Amino acid sequence: MNADPLLSVEDLAIRFRMRRGDAVAVAGVDFAVRRGEVLGIVGESGSGKSQILLSIMGLLAGNGTATGRIRFEGQDLLALDRRGLDRLRGSAMTMIFQDPMTSLNPYHRIGAQLTEVLIRHQGMRKREAWDKAVQMLDRVKIPDAAKRMRQYPHQLSGGMRQRVMIAMALLCNPRILLADEPTTALDVTVQAQVLDLLRDLVRELGTAVILVTHDLGVVAEMCDRVLVLYGGKVMEAAPVEPLFADPAHPYTRGLLDSTPDLEGRDGELRVIPGQPRAAAGDLPGCPFAPRCERRVEACTAEMPPLLPARDAVGRVVACHRPLPQPAAVPELVP
Amino acid sequence: MTPVLSVRNLKVHFPLSSGLLSGPPLVVKAVDDVSFDLAPGEVLAVVGESGCGKSTLGRAVLKLIPPTAGTVAWNGSDVTGLSEDALRPRRRDMQIIFQDPLASLDPRMTVAQIIGRPLRTFHPELKRAEVAARVNEAMRQVGLSPALAHRYPHEFSGGQCQRIGIARAIILRPKLIVCDEPVSALDVSIQAQIVNLLMRLRREMGMALIFISHNMSVVRHISDRVMVLYLGREAEIAGRDAFFARPLHPYAQALLSAVPVPDPVRARQRRRVVLQGDTPSPINPPSGCAFRIRCPHAAELCARAVPGLRDFGTGHRAACHRIEELAGVPA
Repeated sequence: MNADPLLSVEDLAIRFRMRRGDAVAVAGVDFAVRRGEVLGIVGESGSGKSQILLSIMGLLAGNGTATGRIRFEGQDLLALDRRGLDRLRGSAMTMIFQDPMTSLNPYHRIGAQLTEVLIRHQGMRKREAWDKAVQMLDRVKIPDAAKRMRQYPHQLSGGMRQRVMIAMALLCNPRILLADEPTTALDVTVQAQVLDLLRDLVRELGTAVILVTHDLGVVAEMCDRVLVLYGGKVMEAAPVEPLFADPAHPYTRGLLDSTPDLEGRDGELRVIPGQPRAAAGDLPGCPFAPRCERRVEACTAEMPPLLPARDAVGRVVACHRPLPQPAAVPELVP
Repeated sequence: MTPVLSVRNLKVHFPLSSGLLSGPPLVVKAVDDVSFDLAPGEVLAVVGESGCGKSTLGRAVLKLIPPTAGTVAWNGSDVTGLSEDALRPRRRDMQIIFQDPLASLDPRMTVAQIIGRPLRTFHPELKRAEVAARVNEAMRQVGLSPALAHRYPHEFSGGQCQRIGIARAIILRPKLIVCDEPVSALDVSIQAQIVNLLMRLRREMGMALIFISHNMSVVRHISDRVMVLYLGREAEIAGRDAFFARPLHPYAQALLSAVPVPDPVRARQRRRVVLQGDTPSPINPPSGCAFRIRCPHAAELCARAVPGLRDFGTGHRAACHRIEELAGVPA
């Protein structure tokens, strides 16, 4: 196996020009994705998780700029021009969104939209592209694939549309799939189907995935490794099991504690006090400091660097006072 | 004790304008033959997926949508046939909070005006200072500083707007609040704050809640009883502990097993019931049991007859022909 990461992001910052000066959505973000790995990015609204995906695809809004380095198979994506990006987008790297209706063209039949990808990126003939597209719809378990090819997006249910999007995203065998809340709009029984399908397919095809979500349950089921984002900065990154079993960052702990679980305890949920704030990337200190119970003076003065923590392989934490190991917070019985 | 709310055989059907000269008029049976009682101070969760009729049910029991058939009684007296004028004085006991907190607040009113509005409507005799004092009290109860009373909704975050909506709902000390997906639009850390707030207010003020949600984990936390709706009909209704320990209806079982578990070890060990297909359209539901086309246990009888709710002991009721065979429950 190749030791070099497939995608590496170094010191990524994303700024938006606003009427009242710049807003820094993301600052100092570092991470890497290995071939075939599923990386989860979790965070609340405004944490910058979607913007990171958009910056990788070169799809930031017109007033947004990304700085730093995003290296994909050795090329710096931020240095590529549009033509260079277009050679990768839709084939080597693809993206799916929360609402499939926004990425499917309502005026074109499913078949035309799927075959276009193959004709454009792989120079296939129409007949060949058609057969491959039908095959792919079969693989994402769409019944009656040949008939669906002749239908329009509005004739499909939400779950079916998301399957079509997954089929389209995987048609050219991408090395990486960027998925932005792909099941958030779906009912829970349909979400379970789509997640199962996505997990099996990317495993089979060896596709790496960055899965952006706010749902820790989805992360626990899907991801190999997790990046926890708050206010545009990385709080903690670790393999999924140690992260859930023994979080090192107070924000990760708070997020886990406030997530209700079917098998959790009764009584009040633990909460993180206060309100999250978006675009805090330009503040000098840790963006979580105002809500953090372990805050010390240094926390508001200086952003702690992302350093290896615990003995877990591949765990990094940005905190002046990470939680002691093992979680020494005593389980108080209320 | 007189129930706060008694609902019998409630139906809400929406006619669809059918195409020109087409066949029989189409009807969406959003709520079909639902009955339940709600005791004072009780929390009933109504769960189900989009289109199952849970929001319509919440609005129909408040008479915000006229029922097609069946009866609704508030505090023991039938309000089904009452006119809007006759209903008005009774509405003070019945409040609602909505999913989208910002959309449910008038952007041109200050927080104090929004929260004080129900009080001024029902108690026009109150002096301005008395209204202000009650508004301040309601704000403190929901964890908002009264210093913010003269700000406008857009100046608040989603979680704070939901607190404003809750303050408006509790200011008249109602007997029932219908909570329609009150935490679905909120971030996890804020969702937990609002769930705790609702639980605390219920404890302190003793009102009953109908908690409409698609989030089973939140429901397990907040409810006393759970009702599962599927395409407008009750699939199951039971006490919370009985329901989560042993759901009887195959749909309820699938619904619970589809909930993502926030624990990678447990998530990867368990086996789940993955349903085939999507929720069918409520316009043209399948014959017999509406769930049968997705049900792993469907039999020939399920296509022929609509299963009625049957009691399996201590008020645990479910509507499925095959429960005894599947679970070995004594009939």
